[in-house]
Amino acid sequence: MTLIHFAILLPIIAAVFIGVLYRYYKKVHLGWFVLPVPVLIAAYLFTLIPTVSNNQVIFESLQFMPKIGMNFDIYIDGLSLLFAILISGIGALVVLYSIGYLSHQEKLGNFYVYLLIFMTAMLGVVLNDNVLMLYLFWELTSISSFLLIAFWFNRERSIYGAQKSMLITMFGGFLMLGGFLTLSLITDTFSIREMMDQMPAIQESPLAPFALILILFGAFTKSAQFPFYVWLPDAMEAPTPVSAYLHSATMVKAGLYLVSRFTPLFAFSELWVWTILLVGLVTLVWASFNAIKQDDLKAVLAFSTVSQLGLIMSLLGVGALGVHSGASEQVFTVAIVAAVFHLINHATFKGALFMIIGIVDHETGTRSLKRLGGLVTIMPISFTLTLITSLSMAGIPPFNGFLSKELFLEAMFAISEADFSVLADVSVLFPILAIVGSIFTLIYSVILIRGIFLGKVQPKTPKEPKEAPPLMLVPPIILSVLVVVFGLFPNLLSGTIIDPAAMGILNTAEPLNTEISHWHGWDSPALWATVSIVVIGTLLYLFRNTWMPVYRLGSKSLSINHFYDQGLIYSSLGAEKITDGYMSGYIRSYLVYIFSGFTVLAVITLINTDITFDWSTTSEINITEVAIMLIILASLVAILITASRMVAIIMFSVIGFSLSLLFVFFRAVDLALTQLAVEAIITSLFLLAFFQLPKRARHEERRRFKLNNMFISVAVGAISIIFGIAAYSNRLFDSISQFYIDNVYDLASGGNMVNVILVDFRGMDTLFETLVFGLAGLGIFILLRLRVNKKGENEYEEHA
Amino acid sequence: MEILVIVLAGILIGASVYLMLSKSLLRIIIGTGVLSHGILLMLLTMGGLKRGGIPVLDDSVQSYTDPLPQAMLLTVIVITFALTAYMLVIAIRVYKELGTDNVEEMKGVPRDDD
Repeated sequence: MTLIHFAILLPIIAAVFIGVLYRYYKKVHLGWFVLPVPVLIAAYLFTLIPTVSNNQVIFESLQFMPKIGMNFDIYIDGLSLLFAILISGIGALVVLYSIGYLSHQEKLGNFYVYLLIFMTAMLGVVLNDNVLMLYLFWELTSISSFLLIAFWFNRERSIYGAQKSMLITMFGGFLMLGGFLTLSLITDTFSIREMMDQMPAIQESPLAPFALILILFGAFTKSAQFPFYVWLPDAMEAPTPVSAYLHSATMVKAGLYLVSRFTPLFAFSELWVWTILLVGLVTLVWASFNAIKQDDLKAVLAFSTVSQLGLIMSLLGVGALGVHSGASEQVFTVAIVAAVFHLINHATFKGALFMIIGIVDHETGTRSLKRLGGLVTIMPISFTLTLITSLSMAGIPPFNGFLSKELFLEAMFAISEADFSVLADVSVLFPILAIVGSIFTLIYSVILIRGIFLGKVQPKTPKEPKEAPPLMLVPPIILSVLVVVFGLFPNLLSGTIIDPAAMGILNTAEPLNTEISHWHGWDSPALWATVSIVVIGTLLYLFRNTWMPVYRLGSKSLSINHFYDQGLIYSSLGAEKITDGYMSGYIRSYLVYIFSGFTVLAVITLINTDITFDWSTTSEINITEVAIMLIILASLVAILITASRMVAIIMFSVIGFSLSLLFVFFRAVDLALTQLAVEAIITSLFLLAFFQLPKRARHEERRRFKLNNMFISVAVGAISIIFGIAAYSNRLFDSISQFYIDNVYDLASGGNMVNVILVDFRGMDTLFETLVFGLAGLGIFILLRLRVNKKGENEYEEHA
Repeated sequence: MEILVIVLAGILIGASVYLMLSKSLLRIIIGTGVLSHGILLMLLTMGGLKRGGIPVLDDSVQSYTDPLPQAMLLTVIVITFALTAYMLVIAIRVYKELGTDNVEEMKGVPRDDD
């Protein structure tokens, strides 16, 4: 247990105290007690930056479940550190913001406990080296996300959104676990580091494509890539601090982390490279296109987040292509640097935007674009912040979004020019898709600014609008300042954070020495792309009324949401059908399953096992014994065919008594005596019950019913015989009986071995047997005497 | 002899399955009884039959029949007894409450609930 382990677990430990504290002390807003946790973690992580930017990695092992290879192994390189800093840093700002956002009336205890659980889970995901632990924390993020989305659990939409996000991300997570297990099958380890050392084995393995696809499912569902993105817009039902934190800055980036982490391992595969690249680009275009038609501000941001995640994903694809082709060309490194840089930038501008939208919602009571407008004079600070962050999102200089967008376009142009055998014909599409996506991004960024703050003042907001309290403004101000600072001085980041992270993704030790510049010269294609984006975007925005009807095309029944809803309905119907199909409620059905299952398993065993029969050691056949056995057989037949209950009962007793006679012949006198006594009592019991039971011993049965039963019985009987003879013929172990025979007098001073075993050697068993017996007696008494009367009370019957 | 006994035990087990799959409660109870008889015989035979004297210490006896299966079977007999008695009482109770001993007719909402 090192300091790093403690730092990861600190939030979840704090959650316990926070939960208790909230019960007894409500004078001060609970958020103030939570705030130190992420601040402390962030401060601690900042102290690690010098170590990591010197290309050193930190590895701390902690045995958790070594038997199954599940260890709490911490591995920190630039990549993990970047994510960890984002998690704790944004976390601190979000907690601060939530103090203003959530009032005392809300269930603050729940909120902060969930949030703290999430923090631990997310830190655990990005700092782990062990894939099993990674999976554990991964699902914990899904669970805490579920709880946070459903925070206002009396709203139907919240529950719907929570369930949707849970189902989709857990579906992916489970497949991801499959991928991890496949990987561990190939490499025989659960450590990512050790997997990296066995790269050749993975590349040769035929299982690798499966592992790769399964892991991508996990990444794409979590990072809301096409077509799994549908959960993210519905997750916006969560309180805005949660949306800013989980569903924009951190949790949805876990998929990106996963892809980055496994890129060195899988980049050999074309499947990996092209899937990431194409899915990322499609997501970028599709989501930015859809963001424009949204009316709810948070929905705009949700689609925007999806499209930005797609952008980063496609950049990772380009970077992976570099690793794949083995070319250490500048363009691929640029792509990775752009991905890391945009990841940071997105966290800053999107986090700030979410917080401002939350402020607007908080102060006006609505998030609908139709009901907002002209707030610039009333909320000047919020307006300024929105302007900065939206323009950064749109890729306008001098903000940080411009720089990473420029790098992105550059990478896309470079990839279209590079020569690759696969998809060479369509590679010209990459920059086009990138530009189209960026145009849409510009349009919705403008819509955000124009729709909320400019234009006519809308008088009909549910609340009288006013500027937010300082407490809520501080976090977005901090983020906006970062947007400007990173935009003006990007090289503050490049050496300290971006380079180590990019080196982590590329799995290289060579220093990159990235210099991010604002100006690439007149001949840079990215420059002209940016210019055309701004021009076309502005034109499209101005004439939006002419082309907006495009959104009405396309049938609702083709949408992914429709598909999800129907899938949910049909899967539950299907499950019900299947369950109803075999859970018939008849005891006979269950017995049939048991006996058929027994038969099938037994037959499989018989086929696969080499069984020998040995007849040689049997004892001689005695005529008297055979005669008794024939009596038993005859009685059995009588029971089977009779319709009279009297005959059935008497024949049953005959079997019992004949059995005790057989025991005598078989030198089992104690058994014989016991059987005799028990049989006498059972017979009298049956006769006592005689008056209480119906006259007929059997019911009309159809021929088919009988034949089925007969078939199963014959099968079970035959298999019992085969198994019995096989077990008799093959003795795998020496019997322990000799021990009892030798020691029965020395240890227990008794002569009758059976008795001594029962009451002495196995005395405890016999004691419990007595207990069972007593319980049965008690049960019989209760069944006979107690009954529930019409008033629902227990009633004691004198004469049953 | 052992083979014969095993075959008989198998037949008892098969017949008990047939009885248990039928509709009548009484036949089901008898079926469980027959099943335990079959298993008794089967287990007893596993140790070999008549391999020596009665398992009571006697200086004149050289070898004894295996006492271990017998000790375990004693437990089986007693537990089966408790089980049979219990099932019998349940059958009585069920018949009194529901008016039928046909297990096929028992499925459904108990009368108390309507």
